[in-house]
Amino acid sequence: MQITYGREERIEVYHFSIWVTVLVPLFALVLQAFLPIRLHFFSIFDLPLLVTIFFAVARRSQISGLMTGAIIGLLQDSLTHQPLGVYGISKSIVGYAASSVGAKIDVENPGSRLLLTFCFYILHQLIFFAVARGLVGADLRWIWMHEVRGAIANSIVAVVLFYLLDRFKHQ
Amino acid sequence: MENVIGRHKNLANLVVLLLVIFLQVLGLAIQVKRPTDAGSARLIQVWSVSAMTPFMKGVVHSQQWFTDTWHGYFDLRRVRNENRSLRDELALMRVEQVRLMEDANQARRLQLLLGFKETYISQTLPAQVISTTGSEFSRGIYIDKGSHDGVKVDMPVITPEGILGKILRIYPTTSLVLEINDPSSGIGVILEKSRLQGILKGDSTGTGELQIHYIMSDEHVEVGERVFTSGGDRIFPKGLPVGVVAEVAPATDRTFLKIRVKAAAQLSRAEEVLVITKVEDRSPQLADNGQPVRAVDVLAERLPTVTPPAKDASAAEEKPKSAPGTATASGTGTTPKSKPTTGPNNPASGAGQTRSTPTDGSKPAAQVISPNTDASASHDRNPSGTPSKAVAEQTPTSDSTAKDNPR
Repeated sequence: MQITYGREERIEVYHFSIWVTVLVPLFALVLQAFLPIRLHFFSIFDLPLLVTIFFAVARRSQISGLMTGAIIGLLQDSLTHQPLGVYGISKSIVGYAASSVGAKIDVENPGSRLLLTFCFYILHQLIFFAVARGLVGADLRWIWMHEVRGAIANSIVAVVLFYLLDRFKHQ
Repeated sequence: MENVIGRHKNLANLVVLLLVIFLQVLGLAIQVKRPTDAGSARLIQVWSVSAMTPFMKGVVHSQQWFTDTWHGYFDLRRVRNENRSLRDELALMRVEQVRLMEDANQARRLQLLLGFKETYISQTLPAQVISTTGSEFSRGIYIDKGSHDGVKVDMPVITPEGILGKILRIYPTTSLVLEINDPSSGIGVILEKSRLQGILKGDSTGTGELQIHYIMSDEHVEVGERVFTSGGDRIFPKGLPVGVVAEVAPATDRTFLKIRVKAAAQLSRAEEVLVITKVEDRSPQLADNGQPVRAVDVLAERLPTVTPPAKDASAAEEKPKSAPGTATASGTGTTPKSKPTTGPNNPASGAGQTRSTPTDGSKPAAQVISPNTDASASHDRNPSGTPSKAVAEQTPTSDSTAKDNPR
């Protein structure tokens, strides 16, 4: 399916089967919760965020992006002991932003995916901190080094993950 | 025309985004204003946990099965040597135990004189860690025991090395454990030498470090000093190992010290834990004749829980005979009245807690009070995957405090 933006712009929109739409985010959440027991370093990754970005960018629909982000975020919240909505709000905004960006720039090559994920990770963490501190009153401190390290690690994983998830795309 | 439609569409999408965020903020505000009762879970949490934990349980239990099969049947090359060295070690431990029992008996007599009440860990439940919360800002783990197994909110969770956390939320077959390094956690602790008390919390940077709060900056705290639970939080019994002081520095406000603690338990790597399901306050034990129980009597009931074959028994008794005071212990050979249930490590900086009590509710068959205990207890498992008695029960080790204790 193709959507025409303006006179000359033509962008590709992808769809996913219902199984992929349901199982991939669930699998990401399960891995995110399960792997840190065996692989301690894995806690730096945010697989649900990467899946949110991937679906939002591929579908290029703002509503779809924000709803995907909201659902994945709320599910992630439900596994923690924090109030529901902290990850929900962060991922809703990231989903919306990712789908908006996906409609405007080329997000198929690894370089742009790397950069995109880096920026969205930082954005996600900023929103998360703002919500957790401002609304929930959590005593969190922002450490730039830690966040940048997390952004780099997630960006690298995103390139590989997106490449794998590309196989599930239907044009 | 298309541009106008596109602009309207973008505006509509933005409105939807704002609406979704508004709803979530509203939901957050309601939750923050009116937090649910401790332990109760919302429907979405029950659904998501119920959907995900079976998979995690399956993976963990399959892995456990393969590991147990491998170690229990195929990888037995070093077992004979290991068995021999463990027997030697056991014999030494028995010698040590007799000595500690004497000290314990003396302490018990003194406690009896002072009318102390002690907290006993009388029942524990082994559990397997199946997953984490998946967030760096919510330090928690899920275990494979829930309300169906008798787990309740606020029950302490420990490992053989030290405390791990407390039960925060329960589901039918799983529970969420809030780890001690979560910023929202708070545990009453006491320092071993200086006897200073403070509150242990997780670092707010999300790095998972532990800090003791509210110790005045004019106090002297040494690096390497051991930290135990103080019992002041009414959740953790007094005297369980927490960790050691790793760093002491003045806090930014100069009023309190900034004390960083290295946890005794491997918080992020724990695979098996013990939930303390029953804690009792009791006065020191008396024998039927009203006299304090003698150490040798306690030992007689405690030691030969399994009657060894004649060959094994002779091997085990060879070593103790070489040391004074062991003949009484190894020579008793009485059969215990009942099999004791589990009881975790007890470091006890004064009032010890670890007891093994009979399951039939009769008088405790054995009591151990060790002035100080090495936190690195052995951690073996039986083939079924649950921690064996060696995990749960106290194995007293030598300690300078015990040695210096005058008779």
